[in-house]
Amino acid sequence: MKMLNVLKADRGGQIFLLLLLLIAVAVPLLNQYTTADNPLHISTYTVALLGKYLAFALLAVAVDLVWGYLGILSLGHGAFFALGGYAMGMYLMRQIGERGVYGDPLLPDFMVFLNWDSLPWFWHGFDMFWFAMLMVMVVPGVLAFVFGWLAFRSRVTGVYLSIITQALTYALMLAFFRNEMGFGGNNGLTDFKDILGFSLQDDSTRIALFVASALALAFGYLACRLIVTSRLGRVAVAIRDAEDRTRFTGYKVEHVKLAIFTFSAVLAGIAGALYVPQVGIINPGEFSPLNSIEIVIWVAVGGRATLYGAAAGALMVNYGKTYFTAALPEVWLFALGALFVLVTIFLPKGVIGLFRAKDKQT
Amino acid sequence: MTITKQIKTIVLLLLLVLVTGTSSFADASEPKLDQAVELLKGKKFQQKYQAIELLAESASPQAQNILKALLERRLFKLKKTKQLVIAEKQGKTYQVQQAVSLEDLGEVKKRALKKISVNNKMRTLIRSALASFDLKNPDREKRLAAVKQILDKADLEKAEIIRPMLPQEQDEEIAEAMSIIIALSDLSSDDAKQRSDAVTLLSGNIHPSVRNALNQLQQQTDDKALARSIEQALDSIDAKLQFYAVIENLFFGLSLGSVLVLAAIGLAITFGVMGVINMAHGELIMIGAYTTYVIQLLMPDSIGTATLIAIPTAFVVSGLVGIAIERGVIRFLYGRSLETLLATFGISLILQQTVRSIFSPLNRSVETPSWMSGAWEINSALSLTLNRLYIIVFCLLVFAALFFVLKKTALGLQVRAVSQNRAMARAMGVRSEWVDAMTFGLGSGVAGIAGVALSQLTNVGPNLGQSYIIDSFMVVVFGGVGNLWGTLVSGMSLGVANKFLEPWSGAVLAKILVLVFIILFIQKRPKGLFPQKGRAAEG
Amino acid sequence: MKALDQLRDTMRRDRVFDFMLQTSGLEVDVSHGTILYLEDISVSFDGFKAINNLNLYIDAGELRCIIGPNGAGKTTMMDIITGKTRPDTGSAYFGQNIDLLHLTEPDIAQAGIGRKFQKPTVFESHTLFENLELAMAGDKRVWPTLFARLHSQQLERIDEVLEIIGLQEHRSQLAGSLSHGQKQWLEIGMLLMQDPKLLLVDEPVAGMTHQEMDRTAELLTSLAGQHSVVVVEHDMDFVRSIARKVTVLHQGSVLAEGSMNEVQNDPRVVEVYLGEQGEA
Repeated sequence: MKMLNVLKADRGGQIFLLLLLLIAVAVPLLNQYTTADNPLHISTYTVALLGKYLAFALLAVAVDLVWGYLGILSLGHGAFFALGGYAMGMYLMRQIGERGVYGDPLLPDFMVFLNWDSLPWFWHGFDMFWFAMLMVMVVPGVLAFVFGWLAFRSRVTGVYLSIITQALTYALMLAFFRNEMGFGGNNGLTDFKDILGFSLQDDSTRIALFVASALALAFGYLACRLIVTSRLGRVAVAIRDAEDRTRFTGYKVEHVKLAIFTFSAVLAGIAGALYVPQVGIINPGEFSPLNSIEIVIWVAVGGRATLYGAAAGALMVNYGKTYFTAALPEVWLFALGALFVLVTIFLPKGVIGLFRAKDKQT
Repeated sequence: MTITKQIKTIVLLLLLVLVTGTSSFADASEPKLDQAVELLKGKKFQQKYQAIELLAESASPQAQNILKALLERRLFKLKKTKQLVIAEKQGKTYQVQQAVSLEDLGEVKKRALKKISVNNKMRTLIRSALASFDLKNPDREKRLAAVKQILDKADLEKAEIIRPMLPQEQDEEIAEAMSIIIALSDLSSDDAKQRSDAVTLLSGNIHPSVRNALNQLQQQTDDKALARSIEQALDSIDAKLQFYAVIENLFFGLSLGSVLVLAAIGLAITFGVMGVINMAHGELIMIGAYTTYVIQLLMPDSIGTATLIAIPTAFVVSGLVGIAIERGVIRFLYGRSLETLLATFGISLILQQTVRSIFSPLNRSVETPSWMSGAWEINSALSLTLNRLYIIVFCLLVFAALFFVLKKTALGLQVRAVSQNRAMARAMGVRSEWVDAMTFGLGSGVAGIAGVALSQLTNVGPNLGQSYIIDSFMVVVFGGVGNLWGTLVSGMSLGVANKFLEPWSGAVLAKILVLVFIILFIQKRPKGLFPQKGRAAEG
Repeated sequence: MKALDQLRDTMRRDRVFDFMLQTSGLEVDVSHGTILYLEDISVSFDGFKAINNLNLYIDAGELRCIIGPNGAGKTTMMDIITGKTRPDTGSAYFGQNIDLLHLTEPDIAQAGIGRKFQKPTVFESHTLFENLELAMAGDKRVWPTLFARLHSQQLERIDEVLEIIGLQEHRSQLAGSLSHGQKQWLEIGMLLMQDPKLLLVDEPVAGMTHQEMDRTAELLTSLAGQHSVVVVEHDMDFVRSIARKVTVLHQGSVLAEGSMNEVQNDPRVVEVYLGEQGEA
């Protein structure tokens, strides 16, 4: 309960968490206890889709933490998301066991296909769920830590930092496309069967994953909220607005940045791990710079430096994407492009900013 | 009987020679030709052998034609007129023409013809005769080509044909190639002196045939002294080959570097001078490439001219699109660089989708003008492809032009003034808005020109720009923002580094390594290779 | 035994590697009465010598004014003291024991040197209260900062400082909404919260009214004694009103030093200013 202290004076956050709680309860109920002809029925497909959105929302919250509060526009958060996803994917791959096309008890199909005779060292341990979950957080965290340590220490800031984060995810994409890397190359990891012994095709597993995503989003939100309401959060904003002043005030700016950036990368990794079992595939395309920059636009649409705005933006934009790519595929990129332009010029505070402005007037 | 016939023809021919005079080389061979024609009509193979030799000596195009027809079993005798003819099967009948004059004799039935028979020995004779034809061709280029072909195939049987020709050969290049062929054949000679002379002559020659032959001989020979000298010869060959390989790699690297510089230099202006992050820069390059495609479509008959016209057109088209972007979006976002980045990224998506809707998502092929295809062969180990060579030259020209514009023109002066101190420049009466638009237009126009160049190297598709944007930013940042020279040096060195890494790491890994290197480099020197120093750099 | 001692000596962490030397958290040692030593310092940007063989000593508890024409190197000197710029040659010590050239800006700030910028910089999206809270002396490492809570003493101190700078009624207002002069005051307030041993104050009265100026002068003089204060200022009236000892910088080195009267009558100083003292 003490944790909920951070929600004081955060009306948006209270509403957001309430809504989240509501759908986390309502969606499974509507899926299980209504029949397909009921207008309120939510199909299992939709449950998985909503679960995917929630994973994206968590990712958006992670990006908002570093962009909105710390002023670091990361164009490489997709990389941390994808790394978390790959760690989860490796666990799911190992769970397939002998049920693969080639029936090899140890090697995933693509390794058999490439004529590998043993499991590469970095695939060991991923048959254990706890180890895989640890790696979901450790791998993106370590990468963010090393990258951030190098970048922040040498005071790379602003657009330079954005560009090299983009180069980072681009380099990783090229690397993961290579078969030699041992992550399935072009095709990535797919054909998953089950998680912790439950079939991924079962409705109940889907619902469990959906609820897990909702919980992760709620806890991720609260953790970020804890940071931004603490003095550390105020230091972060101080860094965003006047980095030099913060330094001369006695704060080690690099350490603050590094800590928050790494935490944000870990959150992104968790979001990736939740995303993979719900969509059933992870491939190097997730590393593409376009993906990372799309995350930023979710945050921008929702509203920077609000956290719940970022989550709302992720849900809105992704709903739009699902709708458009099905109904009018050619229009989607036009719409997304226009969204980038219009939001940056006319809505610098995002959709949430509109509501807030109204609040203040009344 | 044959002898009388021969005498008859000789007399006839002598008369002919007297009539036409002895003015030309070709004419001098006529008697041999006619004599051979007569001999071919005979039944005995002995006569035919003689005929082939005569034809070979005549070295005339007609003789070559007849020999070819003979080899392909298209040479016949007309039963009625005893004329020697070349016949081409046309359905059930044969189209015939006189063998020497190639005069058309109309169609005849198969019954009217008698094939000139050929045996195996004749075939061998004909083949070697045909080979020596080109060697004797008065045209230098043809001769050279023939000698080179023999050398490339290591067809050492021809060495004996060449050996007597060598002293007469006037052209140095041909003579050298001939002597190499002879030396190659001497390698298998029984005479030890001849062999070692051959090795000495071949030492340092980088032709692949030479290296193969020497390698083979090294494994076979028991002669220790010879083996040692072969070893030396091979070493000197390998040293040279390595040297040329380095030169070639350097050339590839520079041409890749030129592509990078071309792609990045427009960005060096918009990002470096104006401080605007333009993520749609890649799409401006793409527009340049599509402009080339469209102009080639409009002028399908003159690809070369179309490509040249495309250069200024692409500059204007991309430049106008750039100005539109600046006026329509970027000017609202000055001083908010992260927002500019996002907005221009949105524009890049829109431009991509527009192109996809107009031209389809498939790649379009842009043709390469004839004068750009082919290669400049310096020697058998080193040949530089012309299109890459042109790209390097083109890149340097564009760079020089841009440098001139920024350093020597009024616009350049104003651009530099605005970039250093906007408020002050305004106070001095510089219309900073106009300068912004023009600078952005200039940078975008150069991107368009880069697109023309790229269309000659890669596929033109909607994703063309995307694949260059990150590289371009890397080049600009690596070189030091706001520094054209830095962009040139960094683009070229990144290109070369990439190509030198490729052999041992593969293309993709080389690219990754270069990216990682730049990421680390920027950590070490955040302001690039050639940073701006002092107070001015703080802003 | 002797060998063992030697080994122990070589293995001493603080002796082996530079980076193992304890650099932060040191208490400044001013037992010799001098708090800042700048010796033979030179720095150049692109061939231009901003600081040229500068020697400057500040006594503990002193109030020193530094004047000099534009480009004399006043701001660069402050940058060197606070770790923003590294000099090409020379040494800079805070007290006898703290080598400033090996410390980062936050370390220097934590060691007890506070700086007010020429252009007032405050945290604009924070309230005044939060600005002062962030500036407050204390453990500023990441983890303690995350869980930091305000004690009642600290709260009182913040309110006390708000009163000193006369901005109590703006307590919960965003700093971005303050006027230029108020920002100057807030920044001085932040310096007070930091409780530094040495205050570097760059042009404190720019944009202030005469009354505000008088109050600033009063505040700075009252600080001297407990703290050492270095003031860089163009406004000669202000300097005259507070100065005990004045240092004149010119072309990156000390041209003259002494009381205001001595300095004003120094022919070299007059030449440099060309009689511009009044307005400069």
